[in-house]
Amino acid sequence: MFALYVVWPIGQSLALSFYQWDGLSDPTYIGWDNYIELWYDPTFLVALKNNLIWLVLYMLAVPLGLGIALLLNQTVTGIRLIKSLFFFPFVISQVVVGLVFAWFYDPNNGLLNIVLAWFGFDPVSILSDEDLVTYGIIAAGLWPQTAYCMILYLTGLNSVSPDVVEAGKIDGAQGFRMLWSVVLPQLRPATFIAVVVTVIGALRSFDLIAIMTQGGPYQQSQVLAYYMYEQALSEYGYRMGYGSAIAAVLFAIMMVYIVGFLVKMYRDERGL
Amino acid sequence: MFPEPIQKRSWFAQISYKVALPIALLIWLLPLFAVLLTAVRPAGDINAGNYWGMPSDILWWQNFAEVIFNSEVGPYMINSLKITIPTMLGAVGIACLTGYALAIYRFKLNLMVFFIFIAGNFVPFQILMVPVRELTLQIGLYNSMWGLVLFHVAFQAGFCTLFMRNFIKALPFDLIEAARIDGASEFTIFRRVVLPLMRPAIAALCVLIFTFIWNDFFWATVLIQSESDMPVTGGLKALNGQWVARWHLVSAGSIVAALPPVVMFFAMQKHFIAGLTLGASKG
Repeated sequence: MFALYVVWPIGQSLALSFYQWDGLSDPTYIGWDNYIELWYDPTFLVALKNNLIWLVLYMLAVPLGLGIALLLNQTVTGIRLIKSLFFFPFVISQVVVGLVFAWFYDPNNGLLNIVLAWFGFDPVSILSDEDLVTYGIIAAGLWPQTAYCMILYLTGLNSVSPDVVEAGKIDGAQGFRMLWSVVLPQLRPATFIAVVVTVIGALRSFDLIAIMTQGGPYQQSQVLAYYMYEQALSEYGYRMGYGSAIAAVLFAIMMVYIVGFLVKMYRDERGL
Repeated sequence: MFPEPIQKRSWFAQISYKVALPIALLIWLLPLFAVLLTAVRPAGDINAGNYWGMPSDILWWQNFAEVIFNSEVGPYMINSLKITIPTMLGAVGIACLTGYALAIYRFKLNLMVFFIFIAGNFVPFQILMVPVRELTLQIGLYNSMWGLVLFHVAFQAGFCTLFMRNFIKALPFDLIEAARIDGASEFTIFRRVVLPLMRPAIAALCVLIFTFIWNDFFWATVLIQSESDMPVTGGLKALNGQWVARWHLVSAGSIVAALPPVVMFFAMQKHFIAGLTLGASKG
């Protein structure tokens, strides 16, 4: 069943990317033409560039999550509830996160602009500004993602060995040095998973874009995942082959990480 | 423990920590508070441009009731349940069996099957989109909840299997050996010995899958077109179009849609976090 729905379609999609097909008539084989067209398609290049921005900025979720985890790794009254509340954004659907942030950014009455006005800034309309829109959406995406990384690190911090920390203290390590050379090495599994889920999250970014901007204004917030959907299934006509070619590019980027992950898993399995 | 427990620091540090914590939380959840505040406002406030001042009247439930009973949110929620629950049962059920097989039996392709499952998990949805849509059309389940369920089960089975396998692998293998020596059949071993031990894993998976599926938006838009079968995520998007500038309804709708996973999370927090952080504490 998994093969039918997951493995087989990957192959089909890759094959389809060499065809021109509107979903109704028979597909025509056109070789590499889809990929050549992609190369000259300005929207595709924007989407690719935005995907890279997503990948880089989304990584902020990892250190941010670590920071919050360090802040919260204490035992004061009510800390459990506070941890849960910090984790809260992750449980919410991305659709809701998108709506929440759209409201937050609303140019006329959104809370963001009201706060900006207090500090004497002019209002900005983030979601209709060509330069800011991608960053605005990434900020919305970082919110739940940071929560996810935070919880990974909180669990990781639980298993940091106190003996080693004590030993580090005797050796005179303190504050940041302690974090960097004693604690972080022990958090490596948590960091690894955090990076993997963040990369996947960044490349899968679809929901937020569909809700908040639909790629606009003028395609400036487009990413591969959404562009593919728009090309293959939108009102502008079904270009399934072309969409598949976009998906293939996305798949290729993801493949780099998948292979890396598998290699590490394989080593671990061997180690067991 | 790292960082150093706050109790060992100065009295001043302790106080400032306790003051800073709620403030940090407030800033972190600020967007949510904004929504909550909007959801209890009467429509008059919104029209009058009173967005952030004191609400002229706090409507504890009217906006929510309006959204649930007088818009499609109610039916959407039911659709979401109809999709989420069968998927949860299906995927977790299959994973118990496949996870067991992969963890216990040594066969040639074992590691390969396992790796395919893992890799499949990370695949971008978009590359599956066109063929899965075609497949669903061909078997006549396009635009029906069952088509969506079928796909979700298949896809989530990958993640669940990975999860179950690692869990079963960590169980003491001697137990199974002992049962074999006692002459129990393989199925009896699974049912009587392994299954009871798997309970925490099953609970964790159920919560996770519930949340994932409930929050799915992409596949809902790809595989379902008609309003009547749409789950709440896709439905909200449609309603967002209808409710232009009626932010009190958008806010109330968002809260209602987010509620089931949130309740699930708070009710089963321990399992939820155990599931998510699987592997984060061991190498």
